Amino acid sequence: MTLFTEFGRYLLMIKGMFSKPENGKMYWKELMHQCVEIGIGSLGIVVIISFFMGAVSALQTAYQLVSPVIPKSTIAQIVRDTVILEFSPTLVCIVLAGVVGSKIASELGNMRVSEQIDALEIMGINTKAYLVMPKILAALIMIPLLVVISMALGIYGGRLAGVLSGILSPAQYDKGLLGNYQPYNVFFALIKAYTFAFIISSIPAYYGYYVEGGALEIGRSSTKSVVVSCVSILFADYVLAALLLQ
Amino acid sequence: MIEVKNLKKGFGDKTVINDVSVVMQAGKCNLIIGASGSGKTVFMKCLVGLFTPDSGEILYDGQDFTDMNDESRKEIRKQIGMLFQGSALFDSQTVEQNIMFPLNMFTNDSYQQKLARVNEVLERVNLKDVNKKFPAELSGGMKKRVGIARAIVLNPKYLFCDEPNSGLDPQTSLVIDKLIAEITREYNITTIVNTHDMNSVMEIGDHIIYMHKGVKEWEGSNKEIIFSKNELLNEFIFASEFLKDAKDMRMLEQTGKIDNNRNMDELIK
Ligand SMILES: Nc1ncnc2c1ncn2[C@@H]1O[C@H](COP(=O)(O)OP(=O)(O)O)[C@@H](O)[C@H]1O
Ligand SMILES: [Mg+2]
Repeated sequence: MTLFTEFGRYLLMIKGMFSKPENGKMYWKELMHQCVEIGIGSLGIVVIISFFMGAVSALQTAYQLVSPVIPKSTIAQIVRDTVILEFSPTLVCIVLAGVVGSKIASELGNMRVSEQIDALEIMGINTKAYLVMPKILAALIMIPLLVVISMALGIYGGRLAGVLSGILSPAQYDKGLLGNYQPYNVFFALIKAYTFAFIISSIPAYYGYYVEGGALEIGRSSTKSVVVSCVSILFADYVLAALLLQ
Repeated sequence: MIEVKNLKKGFGDKTVINDVSVVMQAGKCNLIIGASGSGKTVFMKCLVGLFTPDSGEILYDGQDFTDMNDESRKEIRKQIGMLFQGSALFDSQTVEQNIMFPLNMFTNDSYQQKLARVNEVLERVNLKDVNKKFPAELSGGMKKRVGIARAIVLNPKYLFCDEPNSGLDPQTSLVIDKLIAEITREYNITTIVNTHDMNSVMEIGDHIIYMHKGVKEWEGSNKEIIFSKNELLNEFIFASEFLKDAKDMRMLEQTGKIDNNRNMDELIK
């Protein structure tokens, strides 16, 4: 299948999601369930990577800034900006593409292969709306939240590492955090988070929903969906930076 | 009643269903039989709308299902129950939740009412004490029964079963077959069953359609199949010598003579 037919089918899947729910209560329940799966389910890994990436970037920035003219508080500023601008939205979303994406693709793939999707269709349920839509919505709600948590933890991780290794004092770090702060960066990071959340949920959903074959194909399509999501994230990251950072 | 007129379906340039016309009768078990790969599943999926036919008509009690808008199609689908080859139970839900799912989606009944209905259908398929079990904890036969229970929970007018006996031992197969036949008569459902199981054919085949390579090769009842002269059908359904003998004995019993072209010397000897 060519890239264009795949992309067309992807767009048709997105379009097919918009229909009147057969039963609002059931859709709401499914949405809440997905929020827990996607949000709470990946909280642990997000906490761990955020903390360490903040810590490491503090140490490495200190290592690179050898000039005595530059004040120590600059380290905090650099950590803050790299965490907010790039690490939290992009790195966390790349990891989530693996965690959340493969889960979505294999869940839907399994439902397709074992005919559970057909069973729902027979009952008269729009499976794109009932299965795919709540996953995408849940990702759009939860992933930006995770990214915000990750920002805070990353910055805190940098502080802890900087202080523990004696590079700078807590007061110096906090002073640096407040220096030259641009709220626009957070706004930009959230735009990225929403974009990536959509990518991470819709692409694996597409690959899972349209699996053909058996267990082997489920594995294959889940791997493929992660690869495609990651590449799309990096590409979107570049486009957004080029468009919005001037 | 479901009328199928000149149904055709292919994938790419491969024709899978070739010009099949048939009338599925209400209150009867309509069996579609044929070898693996003869197109039974594709035919059934065309009937329920999981595949779009290339041409032909499918009439549900006179309403054309093929060129219906999504809303009317949904309405028809609410009257359809289907048992899938692998049962297709939702594996993240318990038996009770599985069966209650259609009720949750399409009724406004209270939890107590829904639970009562779930227990009613579970009793109908002769299952007890499985409410809180997950599909993975059930045997193949039990899964099929839960599948049937879920299919009939909304009182469908049409019941589709794709290979209800696959992977079951002969005894359990018979139990499932009888269950399907009883339910069909009890609620006057139009039932369509895909099978390649000889036992089912003789037990519940009120109306049998034999498919060979996507073409309807023979049609009749399990009474008539004994006397069929269609060679493809006889080769398929009475495949073993044992079954050929059984067919001849039944024929002898009913007509007083054996009318076939087998060499009977060995039997007589
Ligand atoms: N989605 C599909 N795409 C292409 N070919 C298919 C598809 N589904 C079934 N077929 C082909 O249609 C033929 C009939 O299959 P099927 O209806 O599953 O047979 P069976 O009688 O065993 O149920 C097979 O040759 C199969 O390869
Ligand atoms: Mg089949």
